[in-house]
Amino acid sequence: MSNEDDTALTPSRRAFLKGSAAAGGALMAAGAAQAQEADPLITEVQDWATGLGDGVDATPYGLPIEYEDDVVRRNVPWLTADPISSINFTPIHALDGTITPQGCAFERHHSGAISMRKEDFRLMINGLVDKPLVFTYADLERFPRENHVYFCECAANTGMEWAGAQLNGAQFTHGMIHNMEYTGVPLRTLLQEAGLDAVGELSDKWVYVEGADASSNGRSIPMEKALDDVLVAFKANGEALRMEHGYPVRLVVPGWEGNMWVKWLRRIEVTDQAVESREETSKYTDTLADGTSRKWTWVMDAKSVVTSPSPQSPITHGQGPLVITGLAWSGNGAITGVDVTTDGGMTWQKARLAKPGEKMALTRFYLDIDWDGSEMLLQSRAHDETGYVQPTKTQLREVRGENSVYHNNCIQTWHVKENGEAENVEIS
Amino acid sequence: MSRFLKGTALAALTLTAAAPAFADGYGLGREALPEEIAAWNLDIAPDGTGLPDGSGSVEDGEWIFSENCAVCHGEFAEGVDNWPKLAGGEDTLADKDPLKTVGSYWPYLSTVFDYVRRSMPFGAAQTLSDDDIYAITAYILYSNYLVEDDFVLSKDNFLDVEMPNAEGFIVDDRAKTEYPIFTEANACYENCKDDVEITMRATVLDVTPEETAEEEAALQEAAAETVVEPDTTDKAESAVDAAAEPAMEAPDPELVAAGENVFKKCKACHKVGEDAKNGTGPLLNGVVGHPAAQNADFKYSNGMKDAAAGGLVWDHEALTGYLTKPRDYIKGTKMSFAGLKKQDDIDAVIAYLSTFD
Repeated sequence: MSNEDDTALTPSRRAFLKGSAAAGGALMAAGAAQAQEADPLITEVQDWATGLGDGVDATPYGLPIEYEDDVVRRNVPWLTADPISSINFTPIHALDGTITPQGCAFERHHSGAISMRKEDFRLMINGLVDKPLVFTYADLERFPRENHVYFCECAANTGMEWAGAQLNGAQFTHGMIHNMEYTGVPLRTLLQEAGLDAVGELSDKWVYVEGADASSNGRSIPMEKALDDVLVAFKANGEALRMEHGYPVRLVVPGWEGNMWVKWLRRIEVTDQAVESREETSKYTDTLADGTSRKWTWVMDAKSVVTSPSPQSPITHGQGPLVITGLAWSGNGAITGVDVTTDGGMTWQKARLAKPGEKMALTRFYLDIDWDGSEMLLQSRAHDETGYVQPTKTQLREVRGENSVYHNNCIQTWHVKENGEAENVEIS
Repeated sequence: MSRFLKGTALAALTLTAAAPAFADGYGLGREALPEEIAAWNLDIAPDGTGLPDGSGSVEDGEWIFSENCAVCHGEFAEGVDNWPKLAGGEDTLADKDPLKTVGSYWPYLSTVFDYVRRSMPFGAAQTLSDDDIYAITAYILYSNYLVEDDFVLSKDNFLDVEMPNAEGFIVDDRAKTEYPIFTEANACYENCKDDVEITMRATVLDVTPEETAEEEAALQEAAAETVVEPDTTDKAESAVDAAAEPAMEAPDPELVAAGENVFKKCKACHKVGEDAKNGTGPLLNGVVGHPAAQNADFKYSNGMKDAAAGGLVWDHEALTGYLTKPRDYIKGTKMSFAGLKKQDDIDAVIAYLSTFD
């Protein structure tokens, strides 16, 4: 890192980079030193190898070890007026695999996260059904259950990047996403329990869903989707939902924008028209160049991002073997492939998928390279089973103009410098 | 053990036998009562379905809005700080930075009524009467120059109001405009472009939050300083002494807990605790027992500044007076909160606030 580069950075950034560069240097030095002198971590008996550790029950419900305490949700305070109606970001730059632990999965609240006991939970189904019903939590537990892994992405994920490279970290540019294994009852089962005979033609009907918190966030879902794969979920990753994710019961709307995944679910109403609530008109709609706006843009199109290396996850080991990794997903089905470029898109190669892609779930990809220490312009590009290929920001702007905010699924670029540091950039 | 086995075997049998019987449903849940449906079924559709009886005027709406909404949305619905602007922005939708308000963007008036009734005011949702909501909706229309000042909105004329951007929306057309372009045919692998240049960098803007490690280092440094400072230790000791002294009543923990609950009404605008900052209202650490308007970073109303200059100290009596009827107690206060009706709630919230130095 040259001094010129150094002075161009903000003080905080500089301190951070110095830390990582120094760590990289130390690591490399240690690597070289190993050949010459014995490693005391091996030759000397360490405390942990002689004394005793914690007994069982030291932490009845465990938290990550203290050395991982920087792997947490982060907020961007200037984005919203108040943290009670706000959003934070999953630390995707520091996670691997595909399942997001609930404790660091992003939160989005409109009137704060509420604390509701299972005993106080009531779910009403009303409207154009044969018989309006009320379920308790215990009732829900008696319907046949299903398990599915799905991603939940906020429509505003990457929204701040629409106008240009803005936030410096995969957590901030792409962290409004999580991926969990849900246990729940298909919404179809509950609708059938209330009866859909009286409603007549189903294809033009809607299901309006609403939460119990003070925002009582409500969204309209077409009946076709409601009868397809929507889940009324009460467990995530095997355990109860967290308060911030809608305990005790939330809606899971696979592949569709996170705002529809109503938390603290309290009511399901069968209607003959969309309610056109605030969140489906004034928000989550996409204004095009001519001032016209798209509405009902529910599906989250195929998207991917390199999570490491990235601005918060610089390369600290110098040249040689390097694991490039990231996440890909599509609201239209399974990911079939991910391409990665290290030269800003002049040439692309196929990355390795950790597992075959699953429908509407995160897919982990890897590209294992022998890094020569030269700078890289890193990008990833997702393909899904419909034949869709993730577009560049330029391609999206050509269709949508400059005024859009939501549903930005463009290709992301990280500029990785020779010292291993990475920056969020836009390229030609 | 054998009893357990019998039980499960029986359950398995029942399940097998019962599967076809569930074709008519599982018989779970109970029928919703009409009054239960009426309590929750509040959504309003664009064609007016769900609108309650009632009406409200622009004139009434102006003061109801001022009391309940203006603290975040501004007296003229122009928005305060980062809170949503509800008026203005006409003909800006095709501009570089469109201003999306009820007047410039919202396609249906039903959405305003529906949203205000279910979600507003922030921190006191579902406390307004239907007439109040008609009046607020009328005032928002007036703020957008869509109705005159003598307008009265009611269930009967609701659908007559024309929303400027009613025709401004199209249904998602990505399947036609985007999916045919973003295809495999578009996925190049070799010689895709001749050169590449960086055109924009995130660090130029510098809007990314600080790294945690640094924040912690700074905190630890500050903490280390605190420990070695003898002055602080003395203070800590005297605080311990004071707590031990019966004259210095420590707040009742139950009352503090009740106060924390009451404070939910306040926290949309006021913050307390370690990392708290000024919001729409001033930070409330170190308020109880101290002179009024001491927060140099907050812009108090002239009324509050005058009261402070007159020697107002926030003791229990003064806070009780202010929290009962803020606007009567301090003329011209910016706090639009209507006040706490119950003395128990006031005592509780004061006890809670007194725990923040």
